[in-house]
Amino acid sequence: MGYVAVKGGADAIYNSRELIEFYRLKDASTPLEIKEIKSQLRLAIDKIIGEGGLYAPEYAAIALKQAEGDLFEAAFIIRAFRTTLQRRFYSERINTREMFVKRKISASFREIPGGQILGPTRDYTQRILDTAKAFETIDDVKLFIDKFKKQSNNKQSEPIQEYEKIIDQLKKEGLLKSVDFKEDRTILDITREAIKFPAPRSARLQMMARSETGGLMAMGYSSMRGFGTIHPTVGELRYGSIPIRLKDPSGKIRYVGKIEVTEAEMISDALEVEKKESPKYMVGYGLCFGQNDTKAICMGMLDVSMRSKDQSLPANDQEFVLFHTEGIESMGFTNHLKLPHYVTFQSSLSNMRDAVERKSEKKEMLTKELTEG
Amino acid sequence: MIDNNKYINKYNFAFIDEATKKEIRRKLLKAVAIPGYQVPYSSPEMPISRGWGTGGLHVTLAIIGKDDVFKIIDQGSDASVNACNLRDFVHTMTNVRTTFDTAEATLIQTRHRITEEALLPHQIYIYQVPQPEPLRSVERYENKTRQMHAEGDYAKMFVSLYESIVLHGAVMHGADYPVMVNDRYIMAPSPIPKWDVPNLNHSKALHLFGAGREKRLYAVPPFTKVAPLEFIDVKFDIENFSGKKCYKTSSNKAFLDELIYDDGSKNYVINDSNYLDKLMENETPQQHTNPYINKIAL
Repeated sequence: MGYVAVKGGADAIYNSRELIEFYRLKDASTPLEIKEIKSQLRLAIDKIIGEGGLYAPEYAAIALKQAEGDLFEAAFIIRAFRTTLQRRFYSERINTREMFVKRKISASFREIPGGQILGPTRDYTQRILDTAKAFETIDDVKLFIDKFKKQSNNKQSEPIQEYEKIIDQLKKEGLLKSVDFKEDRTILDITREAIKFPAPRSARLQMMARSETGGLMAMGYSSMRGFGTIHPTVGELRYGSIPIRLKDPSGKIRYVGKIEVTEAEMISDALEVEKKESPKYMVGYGLCFGQNDTKAICMGMLDVSMRSKDQSLPANDQEFVLFHTEGIESMGFTNHLKLPHYVTFQSSLSNMRDAVERKSEKKEMLTKELTEG
Repeated sequence: MIDNNKYINKYNFAFIDEATKKEIRRKLLKAVAIPGYQVPYSSPEMPISRGWGTGGLHVTLAIIGKDDVFKIIDQGSDASVNACNLRDFVHTMTNVRTTFDTAEATLIQTRHRITEEALLPHQIYIYQVPQPEPLRSVERYENKTRQMHAEGDYAKMFVSLYESIVLHGAVMHGADYPVMVNDRYIMAPSPIPKWDVPNLNHSKALHLFGAGREKRLYAVPPFTKVAPLEFIDVKFDIENFSGKKCYKTSSNKAFLDELIYDDGSKNYVINDSNYLDKLMENETPQQHTNPYINKIAL
């Protein structure tokens, strides 16, 4: 008999939990340390805090360990943990112009204010499997760090300053479509309120900030490849840290810490303008936790495509994009198919058998009519 | 002073923080006030997968009190793996007493069944709902279905039922048969079999529906009219178990599970595990009464 009809469901899940824990530990290798995971699996952590919607790199590292490295699972654990935390404050609006820039590139101009700064990126690494990593020791690590620090000390770093953005330039020239008052400017908190459609831009951007990177990438790519209308240019892509401030009960604004973010400003080629107006560019905006170029860029692209008047294309369709890139929900529902459905199926079987019977009765009658007639 | 909450491992009673529980209760009140209407709500993430009963859990955890007695079934069974998991979770987070006995429970959470035993006025029945929108099969966009509900524009739904009759000779909806609530809203009763649908009509208990992934709550208050969609000439009917009976109790007056044995032979058994247990122990649990069950000859 099936796995439900047996009395013993409770035992089964208990044993299954023990077994999965055993699989995590069965080789009796040295347990991973949280600080190692946090520092050496930085990009995985960035994905988890982004999709989990909670800026807590240390907790993300624990989740990653607990989930045996499954990013979906880890992000899910973080989201669930978030539910238990009371929302005590809303931060002051963050200003990404205050970013301490670690990486800053533009694809639309050769030279940009402050220069192109590649910063830390895997873009120009050659993806050759480095088998030496298999034998990496702490001495190697120290050696590398010493060498690296000596190199970078040779040049005096330039003083930090805020650079003008590419979009400022375009705005000055009047080439940029400003966000007009026709746009729904409601600020919605998607964690407190269910999203309704058409959704205000604030809700769309929030949803995408928590979306699964792969999902956003599939949608963004589809739009460029021919199932959409846009092929934007990276106006500017920045990665760095920005300060967070809160208003305390006495009304004073206080600095509480900084977070790392990736910000993308995508310049569209979609020139949807009112009649009698000169053509304009539109800016698609992407912002996500940690360093995740793919996510920020795709988010920027989809921000443009979802504002398009033509809603018939997949990447332009708000409901299609936002519901189906939500990784934790899609993962849950696709996996729910594993749950027993025998009552539902019995109900469908009953209908099916009746329908088959009706059809064969009809056929018999028809044959009878034909042979006798 | 700011507490140092690092690596905190204590959870609030019933897991969800109080502010969010309050929000869910407010939305439930709205749902009860407008029977069959889908109320959007925050739907916080649970440590249970989306699509595995999070909506039902939200409702349970938002309304559960320390004196409640909690029962949970999945596919009619108390022993189903997911029911066991959710029972364990609710118990761990609340320390509330749990039971298999339908009559003893004050809160009953379910996936895909209404208990065979009739519900009592003090009971609250909580459904896990995968798809709260009954019109989704005929209209994929949320903003359009909301408008259709607002305007009571249900033509597409009736056309789809009609098409099914033309193609297959009957409405082929098995589980999740669409119902009209309080003569106003078409509602998805969650994937309960047709067998259970008439038991919603003028039920003594309060029925609350939670669709976590889709972030919607709705309700059928006690003594509310719930009518399955049908035509004047093609009537709704429940599953046909004629000629079949439970091999343990010889009863044919309950929803039956079809069992397939290793040699390919088949048998039938009463689906509701607690109801079956009670019959086996010669107790006489009070079954729901409705015109469809009543006409079955024993």
